[in-house]
Amino acid sequence: MKLDDKGKKAYLKMVKDEMPPTKHLATMSKAFILGGTICCIGQAISDLLHLAMPTLSEKDIGSYTILIIIAITGLLTGIGVYDKIGNWGGAGSIVPITGFANSIVSSSIERKREGVILGLCSNMFSVAGPVIVIGITSSVIVGLIYWIIGLFA
Amino acid sequence: MKNHTIIFDNPVSISATTTIAGPKEGEGPLHKYFHNIIKDDLLGQKSYELAEIKMHIYAIRNLLNNAHLTQEDIDCIFSGDLLDEIIGSNYTMREYDIPFFGLYNACATFGEALIMGATMISNGVMERVICSTTSHFSTAERQYRNPLELGSQRPPVAQWTVTGAGCSLLSSKENSKIKITSATIGRVVDYGVTDANNMGSAMAPAAMDTIITHLKDTNRDLDYYDLILTGDLGQAGVRMLTKLMKEKNYDLNITNYDDCGVLIFNTEFQKTEQGGSGAACSNLVFNSYIYKQLKLGKLKKVLLVPTGALVSKISSLQGESIPAIAHAIAIEVM
Repeated sequence: MKLDDKGKKAYLKMVKDEMPPTKHLATMSKAFILGGTICCIGQAISDLLHLAMPTLSEKDIGSYTILIIIAITGLLTGIGVYDKIGNWGGAGSIVPITGFANSIVSSSIERKREGVILGLCSNMFSVAGPVIVIGITSSVIVGLIYWIIGLFA
Repeated sequence: MKNHTIIFDNPVSISATTTIAGPKEGEGPLHKYFHNIIKDDLLGQKSYELAEIKMHIYAIRNLLNNAHLTQEDIDCIFSGDLLDEIIGSNYTMREYDIPFFGLYNACATFGEALIMGATMISNGVMERVICSTTSHFSTAERQYRNPLELGSQRPPVAQWTVTGAGCSLLSSKENSKIKITSATIGRVVDYGVTDANNMGSAMAPAAMDTIITHLKDTNRDLDYYDLILTGDLGQAGVRMLTKLMKEKNYDLNITNYDDCGVLIFNTEFQKTEQGGSGAACSNLVFNSYIYKQLKLGKLKKVLLVPTGALVSKISSLQGESIPAIAHAIAIEVM
């Protein structure tokens, strides 16, 4: 049995009024705290690298920092800690590079039982895939716009 | 059959029940009623799917042992689960030499199994049947939502899939005073809810439709029942159903209405948002807590209404709304 459009609209309005709302202030503050903490940890790693290896260039230190953070996230995901952090901090855990690492590692763990090739490898990017596709596509579009502006400037 | 309702001329005995509850369910308010509680939800298996199958195998074995029966005594098993192609039940039945009907009505599968089993027995076609369902949080989560270890937040309307397995033995040989007297077969109802997290709101209209059809078909009032028990609407779904029923001039009140999804968890302490869901939700609550209350005579007339959201990952990605179904089974002490 299907309801007509008018009935559906009335019911959906009723649902909207009745459902518990997301607590925006609480979730946003938690995301701010967690995101900020992750960035502070990144900065600390970068500063330590500066002290430990003064000969490295600024760019290399950036790359090493990212590698270390990704490795830590992979480890925390594997031992089942990162999903609890993510559940607490929401977007604060997703926006930094840690979120990306977590999405790849968690998808891999999930599909390990279905085999290395067809399970793990083919599903590794099932969550992160859209980010890569949209990232590359939008960078091409931005590049084109940049080039067109350059022609007239 | 009267309209959508089957009235059993020979009421069917529910002779024995058994349940296996997961660790989180075992910490919930109904822990003392479950027959078995597992400590490890992987049960020493290589995957959660295998764990769910193992749970199902154990549940059927426990039921046979409790009732002092062997597989040869069972004429048929009606069972289902939430996995794609109901592999949970199919692989379970590989371990048994019992004729098998695999069913799928999402979380309402237990109701479907009871109705089919009761019909077979009431008509004298079969003598003993087992109705069973299972669900597992970790298998449902990976199938319908995100990887387990993904650091994502659960929305406030979400429900927690119950881990567990339960079976009921329906029999014309072993008499019991707890009997299925009538059942209303639900129809698919779609009120246009598209949010796959908000299953309570999608299922509430189906529950309303089935309950009202049942009452009309049997000329009964809501007061006839000591308890009307919906399957897994959760707190939000319960509020929706109460509102919908009120619009139709039926007053569901706290004295004789409850929901398995609300009963099975302490939603606040166990962080399960709106409550439990899944094919094992109504099964575990009925086969443990409610069956005990019926046995003790604290409840005499119960209307069990398992509800199911017939959602699939593909249909929700394609923007389709969520159809739902609910079956009603009247269980009376006589």
